[in-house]
Amino acid sequence: MAVSVKIPTQLREATEGQSEASVDGSTVGEVLDALYARYGELRSRIAEDGGLRRFVNVYVDGEDIRFLDGLNTPVQDGDEVTILPAVAGG
Amino acid sequence: MPPESLRCKECQNTYPLDARYVCERCFGPLEVAYAPREHVDPDELRRRIQAGPHSIWRYTDFLPVAAPPRGTLPAGWTPLLRADRLADQLGLGELYIKNDAANPTHSFKDRVVSVALARARELGFQTIACASTGNLANAVAAHAAAAGLESYVFIPADLEEQKVLATGVYGTHLVAVRGNYDDVNRLCTELSGEHEWAFVNINMRPYYSEGSKTLAFETVEQLGFQLPDRVVCPIASGSLFTKVARGFEEWIELGLVAGQRPTFNGAQAAGCSPVASAFAAGRDFCKPVKPDTIAKSLAIGNPADGPYALELARASGGSIDSVTDDEIRAGISLLAKTTGIFTETAGGVTVAVLAKLAERGDIDPGERVVAYITGEGLKTLDCARGTFEQWEIEPTVASFEQASERLAAVA
Repeated sequence: MAVSVKIPTQLREATEGQSEASVDGSTVGEVLDALYARYGELRSRIAEDGGLRRFVNVYVDGEDIRFLDGLNTPVQDGDEVTILPAVAGG
Repeated sequence: MPPESLRCKECQNTYPLDARYVCERCFGPLEVAYAPREHVDPDELRRRIQAGPHSIWRYTDFLPVAAPPRGTLPAGWTPLLRADRLADQLGLGELYIKNDAANPTHSFKDRVVSVALARARELGFQTIACASTGNLANAVAAHAAAAGLESYVFIPADLEEQKVLATGVYGTHLVAVRGNYDDVNRLCTELSGEHEWAFVNINMRPYYSEGSKTLAFETVEQLGFQLPDRVVCPIASGSLFTKVARGFEEWIELGLVAGQRPTFNGAQAAGCSPVASAFAAGRDFCKPVKPDTIAKSLAIGNPADGPYALELARASGGSIDSVTDDEIRAGISLLAKTTGIFTETAGGVTVAVLAKLAERGDIDPGERVVAYITGEGLKTLDCARGTFEQWEIEPTVASFEQASERLAAVA
């Protein structure tokens, strides 16, 4: 299942400058694991104890995965996963 | 105390003082770090502050700019009013209202935007932008106009009409987004990576949030260089709440004022209370919510500084409470009828939580309490509709007397 992941500017140093990556996976967790497999440094920057660090937000087609099923949220072919810093706004 | 670097609140990694807000190593929030001050003479420093302008720029020594800007709208130095009639009603002792509606665009956002814009100009930006629940929209549009900068303001499409009109009038690029504030914020976070703009509450957020410290500085100065025992503040993202505390701490550390950091009570609307819910559940993180409240200026379901607000409320012996929409309307009315101050829904939240704390017996009558009123009632006029009656009469004395008798009979 090919899913497109949007990479924020703050992480592009770890993705060889890429702003987007297409990876396979049937859940958000699998998609992120596939991304870490491709860009090893990403894991230490946004993941912690098997989950995400507390200031990392992940969205599937614009919806925060905490309103869905977290890392177990299913994704389908053509979905867009977006990683963003949580410390914005207010 | 010149600003020295941006420092990650989580891992302490440091960065130069440019337009960035996220630690690239751990994604934690960045804050401005200042060079340590040596040989502080508190009396000399107090005199220096008191000789400054009647605006937030009297506190330039404590803000992250190289120099106070010229030709801008003067924000801050708003009244701190003793509220004896409200205190009597609530069974409290020494109560003050910090009325931040008395700012150029009628909310505390003039403070934070002033600082963000000043720093943005120092960094050479030509365009400023924001994601806003309304008050920030007004402030960004106005301050950009005054400074001759271009601006882009992103708001949820269902915002109160008063706030939309009071933004568009300044000639900004006004973008209504079909979604709630959290959707607007997500969009702007993405856009900030793609445009060379100073988003005041995104890539300029470390500077922007420092502006809220001036609410604490003014409070101390207006109390004759004394501290309150307790403060009640609204919470949306939690930035104002935590930075007001930081302001008190900085002045205590420098010896400008003696005593302890006040107790911090946070106020949220029940229809958007991710921080109050986490406080009640004993959690150290916030679960995001979909806001449904009349307090739109506080309708942030995914609060960036939520974890820090929780820490502060607990460490200071305070709390974070929430109140219903009816309690918010009652809070607006209570403040108006006892102080003559007409506040917007966020102020209604603050007053309603103050009343709740008083009723619960959390506040000792011997305490000196300051409640922060952050915005103006004319921006959320709908909340006043239907809360009172008016008499309509013919322009004759007889008509007035007749109506007057009829009303007296009813009362």
